[in-house]
Amino acid sequence: MSSPLLAVSGLTKRYRRGGKTIAAVDDVSFDIEPGETLALAGPSGSGKSTVARLLLRLIEPDAGRIEFEGGDFQALNGTALRARRARVQMVFQDPLAAFNPRASVARVLDDPLRIHGIAARSARPRRIAALLERVGLSADLAARAIHEISGGQRQRIAIARAIATNPSLIILDEAVSALDVSVRRQILQLLLDLQREQRIAYLFISHDLGVISAIAHRVVILDAGRVAESGNARAVIGTPQSAIGKALVAAAPRLNRTGTQGAADRQ
Amino acid sequence: MTALLSIRDLTVTYRRDGSEVAALNHVSLDVSAGERFAIIGESGSGKSTLALAVAGLLPASGRIDGRIDWFLPLSPFGAKAPPSVLPDISPARGEIVLSSLLSPITDVGENEPSTELPISPLAGEMSGRTEGGATERQPKFTPLGGRDIGFVFQDPSASLDPVMAVGEQIAEVAHTHLGLTWSQSYARAKALLERVRLPDPDAALRAYPHQLSGGQKQRVAIAAAIAAGPKLLIADEATSALDTIVQAEIVALIRQLVAEDGMTLLFVSHDIALAAELAERIAVFRHGELVELGATAQIVASPRHAYTRALLDAHLGLDAEPLLQQSGASR
Repeated sequence: MSSPLLAVSGLTKRYRRGGKTIAAVDDVSFDIEPGETLALAGPSGSGKSTVARLLLRLIEPDAGRIEFEGGDFQALNGTALRARRARVQMVFQDPLAAFNPRASVARVLDDPLRIHGIAARSARPRRIAALLERVGLSADLAARAIHEISGGQRQRIAIARAIATNPSLIILDEAVSALDVSVRRQILQLLLDLQREQRIAYLFISHDLGVISAIAHRVVILDAGRVAESGNARAVIGTPQSAIGKALVAAAPRLNRTGTQGAADRQ
Repeated sequence: MTALLSIRDLTVTYRRDGSEVAALNHVSLDVSAGERFAIIGESGSGKSTLALAVAGLLPASGRIDGRIDWFLPLSPFGAKAPPSVLPDISPARGEIVLSSLLSPITDVGENEPSTELPISPLAGEMSGRTEGGATERQPKFTPLGGRDIGFVFQDPSASLDPVMAVGEQIAEVAHTHLGLTWSQSYARAKALLERVRLPDPDAALRAYPHQLSGGQKQRVAIAAAIAAGPKLLIADEATSALDTIVQAEIVALIRQLVAEDGMTLLFVSHDIALAAELAERIAVFRHGELVELGATAQIVASPRHAYTRALLDAHLGLDAEPLLQQSGASR
């Protein structure tokens, strides 16, 4: 077995609030293999998004270690950190909030190519067209403003921007939660295709066990900042052991479609 | 079952960039008194426009054609109201047309194209503007937002006043619509906070929205929505911003409150599985049109329309086929 792409151990982040100290993330450890999807599940306030922010070094942990691509990620700073950051990208729930709404699609995709020195100015328009094509969009979209395009298109743009720097890991924080169900399925399929073609690993943050069950290899369930349980996604969701795992499974809406036979032939 | 409201040929058009966009297109449906009715659809389906139209909350920029008739019984809810075919105006019959609820731009009657649907015998009377008409003869039956219709929005942070204690926000509804004194209204607010199962209702009365979690805020919004004892509770994506566990709790709470108070529920959602767990009937909307309407079991088990089936197929349940091919992973 190859060495993990990302190894997190003892990750802890505490906040002081009203004189009390609260551990938003408390001694969390997990690892992600290259090309693997690890889901991070849990209710609101369980620490999922804080883990994402720690991994991106948007905030610094109080304790713990993050090893990424074989090196100590926390020891990096300056140029070395910026270079390594190209390898871990993020897609947020609401791309309208993540982008300047008045920027054009081309501008949004040009930024990472320029900042990380991936393509010379003259080569960038072709690169942008190729990225749009990779995420299933027309190159004509490049001239449009972010606020003019649909939510599904916008999330494809967010994915295009994330893959622009050729990352080995993409953190997806509730990235499909705001999408219509039909669009959501297409975006999930796109993520799986990209993963298969480029061996990108995903840290897939979600509270939706149905989605996790469909696309994740393994799952870590957080509760109040701690790891409640982890393991093969379908095994954990099939027979959860922890109280929070059982509660999440029990809360998922279920469709009873018995009797669909025959009806499917109509219309 | 007795109808609570009857929607006929409802068309809502917004002007955008000089052109007209129909958010709802000739929608006709009845909602029965006391039923749990779900409106589902994806973004742009018109589901929220319908909810806002029913509540009389559409922005003035919208042009509304068609009609919404209400049948509000006099006696406590569940009492028999006259059937909609009654040819005359009975004391128990509320006759509301959109012009009384909505903006003055509202255009009612005149060019009603309703043909295939049963038209109320009162249609003739209601055609044209109704100033001084039935509505004003029976002002008692004009449904009033907050009193007869409770509305729970998606984002309680936006629907609650951030600088007003939550107790006051709930008490205000009771004070305004029930004519209670402030001390009676606060007592009712406290009772409501207990009913929506907020821990420590006494402390919650004095709390501000920012001191509560998302789920607690939505409980407060529900308490305010039902404070005046409305006949109809409209929940527009009321659980969509909540995590799955809190969502299940809020859905259970809505179900319980609706049953206890005999309210009619209009549950607007993008989530067909969630709607199916709560509603007795489901109306599926797409691009402003009513695609399919039926009992929940029929919609879920034997949908007649391809779009309904596509929505069902897109649902990713816990037992869904994995999209993942295990080859992509190293373990």
